[in-house]
Amino acid sequence: MRRVAIVGTGIAKYGYRSDANLAEIAYEAIKEALDDAKIAPEDIDSYVVGNVGTWSSEPLPAVVIGEYSGLVPKNGIRVEAACATGMAAARTAYHMIASGDADIVLVIGVEKMNESPTPQVIELIGRAGNYLWEFENFGMTFPGYYAMYATLYIKRFGVKEEDLCEVAVKNHYYASMNPKAHFQNRITVEQCMSSRYVAWPLKLYDSSPITDGAAALILASEEMARKITDTPIWIRGWGYANGTSNLSKRSDYIGLEATRVAAEMLYKRTGVDPTKPARYLDVANLHDAFTIAELMALSDLGFVKKGEEHIAVREKQTYIGGLIPVNLDGGLKAKGHPIGATGVGMLVELSRQLQQRAEKGRQTTIKKGWALAHNVGGTGHYVFTTILSVDKP
Amino acid sequence: MKEEKTVIRKLPEHIDRLSGEIMSMMDSITRETGLPIYQDPRTGNPMWLDVREMRIRYTIPVKNIEEFFSGLKAGVLRTTKCRECGTIYFPPQVDCPRCRIRNMEWIDITGEGELVTWTIIKTKPLSFSHLDDYVVGIVRMPQGFNMLAWIKIDDPEKLSPGMRLRLRIGRRDSENYITYWFETA
Repeated sequence: MRRVAIVGTGIAKYGYRSDANLAEIAYEAIKEALDDAKIAPEDIDSYVVGNVGTWSSEPLPAVVIGEYSGLVPKNGIRVEAACATGMAAARTAYHMIASGDADIVLVIGVEKMNESPTPQVIELIGRAGNYLWEFENFGMTFPGYYAMYATLYIKRFGVKEEDLCEVAVKNHYYASMNPKAHFQNRITVEQCMSSRYVAWPLKLYDSSPITDGAAALILASEEMARKITDTPIWIRGWGYANGTSNLSKRSDYIGLEATRVAAEMLYKRTGVDPTKPARYLDVANLHDAFTIAELMALSDLGFVKKGEEHIAVREKQTYIGGLIPVNLDGGLKAKGHPIGATGVGMLVELSRQLQQRAEKGRQTTIKKGWALAHNVGGTGHYVFTTILSVDKP
Repeated sequence: MKEEKTVIRKLPEHIDRLSGEIMSMMDSITRETGLPIYQDPRTGNPMWLDVREMRIRYTIPVKNIEEFFSGLKAGVLRTTKCRECGTIYFPPQVDCPRCRIRNMEWIDITGEGELVTWTIIKTKPLSFSHLDDYVVGIVRMPQGFNMLAWIKIDDPEKLSPGMRLRLRIGRRDSENYITYWFETA
């Protein structure tokens, strides 16, 4: 396997983007990434588009984006893994280069969720499980699936809804310093607590928004990376796993088994002590589709003990200066969660953190030069994890 | 009760009612201007309203699990058990991936279950928007598998993990088709 580096990054403004269509918002990110790497579309061997779609009008996003961005006749494909689509797309691009099939691959994550009305979007995400046995008869929603975890987690560990809100407060705080974030407003626990329930015990402010957005990465082989940039960010390895489609078949509801399996694989492949991962890392982006998801990820990834996640958050261990700074871009919760773009956006953010290019106030100190990303598809249906580094693996 | 419309007719009528006003407005904008373009009320941006509405209703094969549905009609909930390894599958499935054979027997789901976890769906999907808030739970059955279904309860505050629940089968009020749910035992 050949080494693979990130040599260019781009990200579109996340939000309610009624000013741009799918190809236009994708190109915002693509252009920024090409400019960052100082390469042209002709230099690209292939491209991979992460897009879930169905709420947006284009059923073949890879060809539409390819044409708009001047990539024809380069080969592009679409990859889908629910909310983990972005990192699934990046992993596919990684394999193309690692295997020797390509030298430079463009990864694009894009989603235009607001092309459909909100009740329709809630419907489409709610259908993302075991259709006939969860949605058709029982009308599950995406917050509903995670709420099942939140209910048991709260009861089991004596956690308060306020503890969940602390995660939202932190992520809004960092989003307020990120000009590309969906939300730029800081919130308080009280504001979060007074927001309405969407799926009890989860409230509106526990939930990531319906977001339009795009992000892009340029991956390159070691040889090409040297020619393109002096500051490549290396992909040290991946961990991935899946969970059951039907939530009722899970072994417990206080964590995601797929995250635990993916973490074990990642730590083994990157030489990280699974009992002390924070020692190796400067920063992490965890999949906070809902506040409960960030809490569970903290223990499933081994940063803190199960049941003590909320204490770590209360003690500001997930802020800059704490045990492990988490979601300094605002996370899915406040930066936004444009499904197919989310995982790519995480890798853009962590690359820039490692290159110390993040905005003032949300740039953490880079000492160890390693960062971890965790991208969940559905409700633990897919999990992808990776570690990026400044130093070459 | 059986004469009442089922969800099959009721739902499209409900959805048409929800969007009726906007569609009339878009119809008159298109008649006047010749184009289905409106100003997004949130941003003022011009938006093209798709003139081709796509209604999707999937058709799902149930031949291999027909006994589940004949059981529902008879008021019994059934699922599959592998005759080779004894694994019980819920939802029922006709193939055993462990034994890689298709040799299932149908067993009745019996006994009271224990509540594992639950939620109350407040913000509903479009196709459930005609209904009041509903409680969905995951329940551990004595035969060793979990089931996800609605829980009929007046006061959801009374729910707690481990609470005993009884499986019920019948026509769902306001939708008029046969399904299953849990009630307090």
